Amino acid sequence: MKGALELLQRVSAHPDARCWCVAWSPSGTLLASCGGDCAIKIWGKEGDSWECKCVMADGHQRTVRTVAWSPCGKYLASASFDATTCIWKKTNDDFESLTVLEGHENEVKCVTWAPSGNLLATCSRDKSVWIWEVDEEDEYECVSVVNSHTQDVKHVVWHPTQELLASAGYDNKVCIYKEVDDDWECRATLEGHESTVWSLAFDPEGQRLASCSDDRTVKIWKKSTLGDGESDSSDESWKCVCTLSGFHGRTIYDVAWCRLTGALATACGDDGVRVFKEEDPTVDPEQPVFFMSAHLPKAHGQDVNCVSWNPKEAGLLATCSDNGEFAIWKYNSDS
Amino acid sequence: MSGGTRLENANPLIFQRSGERRLTATDEDEDLHCYFDISINDPEHPLSLEELNVVEQMRVNVNDQESMVSVEFTPTIPHCSMATLIGLSIKVKLLRSLPDRFKIDVHITPGTHASEDAVNKQLADKERVAAALENSQLLEVVNQCLSSRAM
Repeated sequence: MKGALELLQRVSAHPDARCWCVAWSPSGTLLASCGGDCAIKIWGKEGDSWECKCVMADGHQRTVRTVAWSPCGKYLASASFDATTCIWKKTNDDFESLTVLEGHENEVKCVTWAPSGNLLATCSRDKSVWIWEVDEEDEYECVSVVNSHTQDVKHVVWHPTQELLASAGYDNKVCIYKEVDDDWECRATLEGHESTVWSLAFDPEGQRLASCSDDRTVKIWKKSTLGDGESDSSDESWKCVCTLSGFHGRTIYDVAWCRLTGALATACGDDGVRVFKEEDPTVDPEQPVFFMSAHLPKAHGQDVNCVSWNPKEAGLLATCSDNGEFAIWKYNSDS
Repeated sequence: MSGGTRLENANPLIFQRSGERRLTATDEDEDLHCYFDISINDPEHPLSLEELNVVEQMRVNVNDQESMVSVEFTPTIPHCSMATLIGLSIKVKLLRSLPDRFKIDVHITPGTHASEDAVNKQLADKERVAAALENSQLLEVVNQCLSSRAM
């Protein structure tokens, strides 16, 4: 089954700067982008083209590295090299700064909302992962600071259904966190990558985790079920069940697992975007086989930093690049 | 970033060694001959790093077709921060001089520095490099390193 990626639109979102991240709103109708120009921009479709609806240029003093939408779509979080995370509230077409989360010692690399909408996680070059709780009055409070990584933490992501967090770092490791007795702790460390792990993505059911690395591979990890049926065990055991190697020419900066189709997309420093699909998953769940369904060698003129599947429209993909642009693609699995 | 799309139009990097020798870039494209000269000054000393014998050798590999540039340098002193700063300065110089399409790899000549893995990893991490260059003090030091003296 050979697939293809068709370009729908290319937008020069952050001129003369890197575009680091693009994120679809939960409704799939808005796209947030952020970059080296310290700005966040919100894009919406007008007719056939994506237009800028809002610019938030004063929230941060340095590069904005990641933007993330709350599950309800009313809030946007932005993580910046200025060591802060800003929470924005959406009112009609405008975004207003609600609060600024401080505490990290240096650059915040990533921010992510839990599916419940009540928890937020951030990570930083200061090697820590912070977990924040939000209450009904929009008050944010840091509930845990976890120092499991020995270096820069690049990415954090929540499990789609459980209160479980995963982080990836410059120390080549992936850590899994759970809340144990009101405190967040690292319950598993996944080793195997030979260089920095840049990003993570859970599969739609939350059974597996994909990680991508500077070692030019994508690894798929699966949670091992404990033989004795311990359902309340705090221990997490994950093992690597698949490694995709030989496909990427340079560092893989991002990986995204489509909630609707199960397709896996990657953003690579060789300017390419690739989509992987799983071969018949029923053959052996412990040894999944993925094949490369689509490959666009020059998706952008420079490194691709981020890839994001639209949550509502199957096959719609957004990517962004060091050249400041983002692109919207349509992926067809059979071409 | 300046420079046209063809490598010949890129701003030359001036490299000065005590013997006034010029370093010729080796490349895999027969039709392309580039001369890369790099001048880097130690911010704490008035002489060039070359003259101070801080960097022994620099090999530059250019592949115009693949849009790749690889620079290998040999620090003569074991000090880790100095090697990182030199590497960072070389990287910045290349970023500013070459067309955007180029992938730039700067690393220490294998086997010539005790912390080469750690230094190389930092230099290869574009996020860390970008964040470091947003630090005005560090940027100032890098710029001083790169400012050329009498040539």
